[in-house]
Amino acid sequence: MKDYNEGDYLLLSGIQHFNFCRRQWALIHIEQQWEDNVRTIEGDHLHRKADQPALREKRGDKLVVRALPVQSRELGITGICDVVEFIRDPAGVPLAGEEGLYLPFPVEYKRGKPKRNDSDHSQLVAQVICLEEMLVCDIHKAYLYYDEIKHRVEVIITAADRERVRVNIQEMRHYFERNHTPKAKAGPHCQSCSLNNICVPDILNKRSVSSYIESRLNE
Amino acid sequence: MKKLLNTLFVTLPDTYLALDGENIVVKQEEEILARYPLHNLEAVCTFGYAGVSPALMGACAARNVNLTFMTRTGRFLARVIGEDRGNVVLRKEQYRISDDEVRSARVARNMITGKLYNNKWILERATRDYALRIDTERIKKVTESLGETMKLLRDVEQLDVLRGLEGSAAVQYNSVFDDLILQQKESFYFYGRSRRPPLDKVNALLSFAYTLLANDMKSALESVGLDAYVGFLHRDRPGRASLALDMMEELRGVYADRFVLSLINKKVINDKGFYVKENLAVIMDDETRKKVLKAWQDRKQDKIMHPYLNEKIPWGLVPYTQALLLARYIRGDLDEYPPFLWK
Ligand code: SF4
Repeated sequence: MKDYNEGDYLLLSGIQHFNFCRRQWALIHIEQQWEDNVRTIEGDHLHRKADQPALREKRGDKLVVRALPVQSRELGITGICDVVEFIRDPAGVPLAGEEGLYLPFPVEYKRGKPKRNDSDHSQLVAQVICLEEMLVCDIHKAYLYYDEIKHRVEVIITAADRERVRVNIQEMRHYFERNHTPKAKAGPHCQSCSLNNICVPDILNKRSVSSYIESRLNE
Repeated sequence: MKKLLNTLFVTLPDTYLALDGENIVVKQEEEILARYPLHNLEAVCTFGYAGVSPALMGACAARNVNLTFMTRTGRFLARVIGEDRGNVVLRKEQYRISDDEVRSARVARNMITGKLYNNKWILERATRDYALRIDTERIKKVTESLGETMKLLRDVEQLDVLRGLEGSAAVQYNSVFDDLILQQKESFYFYGRSRRPPLDKVNALLSFAYTLLANDMKSALESVGLDAYVGFLHRDRPGRASLALDMMEELRGVYADRFVLSLINKKVINDKGFYVKENLAVIMDDETRKKVLKAWQDRKQDKIMHPYLNEKIPWGLVPYTQALLLARYIRGDLDEYPPFLWK
């Protein structure tokens, strides 16, 4: 197993960017470019509610922890879980400072409604992998909460999901180590991309610069 | 393409700018003179001694609002820059090019080509539009020679040769610049460039317009992740924004000179708005400076067709677009740097 330097950990939140568009991920996570637009500002606002680290609620058999920092040494990723619910269960694991045994279930808050692609899903799977590694346990399900429909969707985590996320992260690592931003592949997703202004994917489809200059000089 | 937002010019001295929620407030003493939402602004530019609260500086830096301090006379003083979002890989390549004479020359020659091309068309247009007022024969000689020089530029790979060609082209262009002043000729004339200090009104206006353009260029370069201080034609000198100066070459004429000419020819300003200091430096009064800034801001909103992108964009985005294209060239996405060739 490769031991990653903590400074080189990739951000867990990047997995959804990566699945949306590899170039978008590289612009944000390698080049540190970020353009606020409505979408991301709303996203921030939504997160603020979940992002209250001091909040730790206990209700009967349920312990709710917000903004929990997690990481996986094996994958070299780090991030924050919006909410993790710990449910008291004899099949669970002991928690520091708590009596009894608990099973953890991450809940990730998302803007809008459930999407057809699996970019939200993959981020949740990565959180599960981190929690399993840190708590030494197995997690089989997690939840996505969508603000538009105002309720959560249960997500069953399969071995294939984990494998896909591992492959994703390896690929991200590969780009990251070479500091390489993949070229734009313009597609319908560019319309809703918050980095469209920075990426300007159409530039690369223009004609060669030398023919542009020659034709102007010779007119 | 990115959207062009407003620039807030603060010309009133003794004002203080502060942050209030998502707004910038302009205060004098304790009185609030104005309030603007920050998200509508692209840049804030203060003249004189307006102070700014640290909270506002932070908010500007975080939102990529370019905050600049100028002296009353429009000399650049300082700029607030937030945490560097620049891309190290891109910059390292920029430095490699800058350290390599031939590679530098290949980029710089396109910028100079742009400059000559644009200057040539400024002159051609004038002879076409004002054939009855202008000595077309005289100007024709200059445009022909600019055309010849442009062809020579294509293969230049030595910076000194490039500077030589650029220098003689500039002399030619300057020799007929005065011909383009068609109104108020008794008070506005151009004999040659004087900078420190500007010794006539036209030079005072040109210097001011170049400072504004340089400021826009610097922030455009930084916003695409390039280092405005490491250039290709202009060599490194501490405190000099060499790359911004390089990039300005192609835009000086078409952006700043034409702007100054239109201020004079359309009588937006007149000769009363200037005064002469003891050292013969010519300085604009506050009223004129305000008019110039207003006109500059209006000009930025005018649309033009970008010759390479074939897309209509506001003039104010031209510096940004060229910076973006330069970055694309440096990262290897384009075969050459495409200068802005206006006609
Ligand atoms: S504009 Fe398109 S290609 Fe560029 S980052 Fe966004 S989704 Fe990817």
